[in-house]
Order: sequence, then C-alpha cells, then structure tokens
Amino acid sequence: MAAEEVTLSSHIQHHLTNAKMCSTDTGLAFNKACADSGFWTWHVDTLAWSIGLGLLFLWIFRSAAKKSTLGVPGKFQCFIEMIVEFVGDNVRDTFHGKSKLIAPLALTIFVWVFLMNLMDLIPVDFLPAFAGLVGETAFGMDSHDVYMKIVPTTDINLTAALALGVFILMIGYSIKIKGVLGFVKELTLHPFSSNNKLAMVFLIPCNLLLELIALVAKPFSLALRLFGNLYAGELIFILIGAVGLMQLPLHFIWAVFHILVIVLQAFVFMMLTVVYLSMASSDNH
Amino acid sequence: MNLNATLIGELIAFTVFVLFCMKYVWPPLNGAIEARQKKIEDGLAASDRAEKDLELAQKKAAEQLKDAKVQAADIIEQAKKRAVLIVDEETVRGQQEREKIIAQGHSEIESERNRVTEELRKQVATLAVVGAERILEREINQATHSDIVEKLVAEL
Repeated sequence: MAAEEVTLSSHIQHHLTNAKMCSTDTGLAFNKACADSGFWTWHVDTLAWSIGLGLLFLWIFRSAAKKSTLGVPGKFQCFIEMIVEFVGDNVRDTFHGKSKLIAPLALTIFVWVFLMNLMDLIPVDFLPAFAGLVGETAFGMDSHDVYMKIVPTTDINLTAALALGVFILMIGYSIKIKGVLGFVKELTLHPFSSNNKLAMVFLIPCNLLLELIALVAKPFSLALRLFGNLYAGELIFILIGAVGLMQLPLHFIWAVFHILVIVLQAFVFMMLTVVYLSMASSDNH
Repeated sequence: MNLNATLIGELIAFTVFVLFCMKYVWPPLNGAIEARQKKIEDGLAASDRAEKDLELAQKKAAEQLKDAKVQAADIIEQAKKRAVLIVDEETVRGQQEREKIIAQGHSEIESERNRVTEELRKQVATLAVVGAERILEREINQATHSDIVEKLVAEL
C-alpha cells in the first residue's frame, strides 16, 4: 500500500514537472541537473508547446487572411471571420478609445490561450508516455527522467508572462493617455482627497498604497486565475487517470465540463485584458 | 512552479505574436469583413431602391393605362356623336335635295303643262276656227266672226 502510494504520488509529481533546461559550467544540462540553477532555468516543454501553438494560430489566421475575398466566403474563412468578429465586437463594446493594438491583442490572447488550454483535453498520458518512449529509444534515457507537460497554461511562467505583457501595456496606455503627471495624480489623489494641504500629506501615501495594490492586483489576478483553473483541471485529469477502468466515464464527464472551462478561461483572460486597458486609457477618473 | 527564465521567453514570444497579428492578421481579416459588410449593405439598399422604383413604375403604368382607357372611351364617344351628327346632317341635306328635286320636277311639269295647254289651246282654237270655217264657209265671213271665235278660244 505504501509502495503504491509512492508510485501514485510520484506519478502525479512526474506529470506536474516541466522539462527543464539550464546552462551549467559543463554546458547545457537538463531536468534534475537543473534543480538548483535558480532563475535561469528554461521550461523547454512550455516554451515549445506554447510557441508551437502560437505559430499554429498565426499560420491558420494568416492563411485565412491571405485567402480572404470580398465575395462569398468559404466555410474556413467564415469560421475564422466569425472568431475575428466575435473578438472585434467584444473589443468595440468595451474599449471606446481608438487603438490599432487592442483588437489584435485580444484576438491573440483569446485564440492562443484557447489553443493552449485545448491541450488539456488530450488524455494526460498520451504525449508524456510518447515522449518517454522517444527519450528511451532514441536517447537512451530512463523514461522517468523524461518530463513533458503539454498544457502551457498550467505553467505559471506562461500566465505570468501574459499578465506581465498586459501590465506593461496598462502602464504604457495610462502614461500615453494621461501623461506621467496624470498617472501619478491618479495614483495619489484618489480615492481620498481633501482641500486641506496638511491632510493631503497624510492622505497621499494611503492613496498611493491603495491604488498600487489595486493596480498590481490586476496582473496577479489575471495570471493566477488562468494558471489556477488549468492547473486544477489538469491535476484532476491526472487523478482520474489513476483510478483504473472507472476513469472512462469520469474522464468523459470532466472533459465535457472542461470544454466549457477552457473556452471560458480564454474568454475571461481576453475580456479582462480589454477591460483593464480600457480603464487605463480612460481619463474620467 | 517557481518563476524562471521561461517567463522572459514567453514574454518575448507573446510580444512577437501580438505584433505579427497586429500587422499581418488582423487588418486584412477585419478589412475583408468590413468591406463585405459595406458591400452587403449597399446591395440591400440598392435592392430596396429597385423595389421602390418598380412599385413606382407599376403605379405609373397603371395610371397611364387608366388614362388611355378614359381617352379611348372619350374618343369613341366623340366619334359616335360625330357619326350621329353627320347622319343627321346628311339626312337633312338629302331631304332638302329631294324636296328641291321634287319641286323642280313639279315646276318643270307645270311649265310643260302650261306650254302644252297653250299649244293645245292654240291648236283647238285653230281647229275650232278651221271647223267653224268649214261649217260656215259659205255664210260667214271669217273676219266678221273672228271675235266670237277668239272669245271661245279664251274660254277653253
């Protein structure tokens, strides 16, 4: 029993570990050799899958864009245009300024995050086992040393990178629309204000603290919401995968439910991005 | 699960993807959608216009047809009136002509009769005189009794 528990927990642990790469004094090192390499560690599976899926997204949409005609569109073009219009409508409803960046940003986030989430629906053992087989036969590695985490959005690094990108844009839009002084004023003169100068001296630090927390909470919530949802979903898939034959109906139910989750999370990430940027670029504080 | 250099890599990838999308994906797709929407809108407007035009033309045609019918009826009416008028006129003229011809005939007959009467009278007078002369050849002088003969002739 104890041995089985160890196997199960190590199985789960194995599934939740990224393939790592780092440079050491002796050249490139992988996985366990990178245990104490600190910040300069690369999750090669996350990078490869996310960039691959990003390129897939760009390739699909670019080929649709190249083939787009003014006449009667084909089914493929209709499908792509439906997505584009869906994103465009949401952006137009929410973001009232003029920007060439917001809509493509929203489209990229929506489709890219959706594709990455979609990897969650591939049965959890397929690709890692395949990678283990390849590692064992082609490179002579122990298959337990081959790590493959195929859902990039279950890696906090990816969701944090997206959120950080959005955060940088938020700061950029705030400064562009309101100016540096306007941005500083927004951070310091609200929500408490007073006509008394002495009172303001005490109120400004309070305002600054509140506004900074509110500001920083946005990217944090973005990154953690997506990461948390997908990580939990993935964990449950892994657990379901460990319960024998019963996993078939359970897996089906959870996968059907997850179809909703992956679209919803992609949509939420996109909408919140647009909302945050809309708030950052509106002047009516 | 700790943050590491992957974050930087993903940030770069994210930026590149967004820039590519902004440059080569969004504008052509959105442009195509908007252009098509415009085209469909124009087409719908044109079809609306054409429908209205058609309705107008139909109305106009119906009106013209009605006008033409009224005009035709008018013309027929006028023609009938005119025909009646002409027939009347001709009838009157024919009547007059007939009366004229009849009157002329009468007068001709009258004058002929008069002439014949005169001639007959003269001949009768002559005959009477001749008869009388034959009868009275011996006893009456033509000159003495000519006044009686004349009176007889006048009485005829």
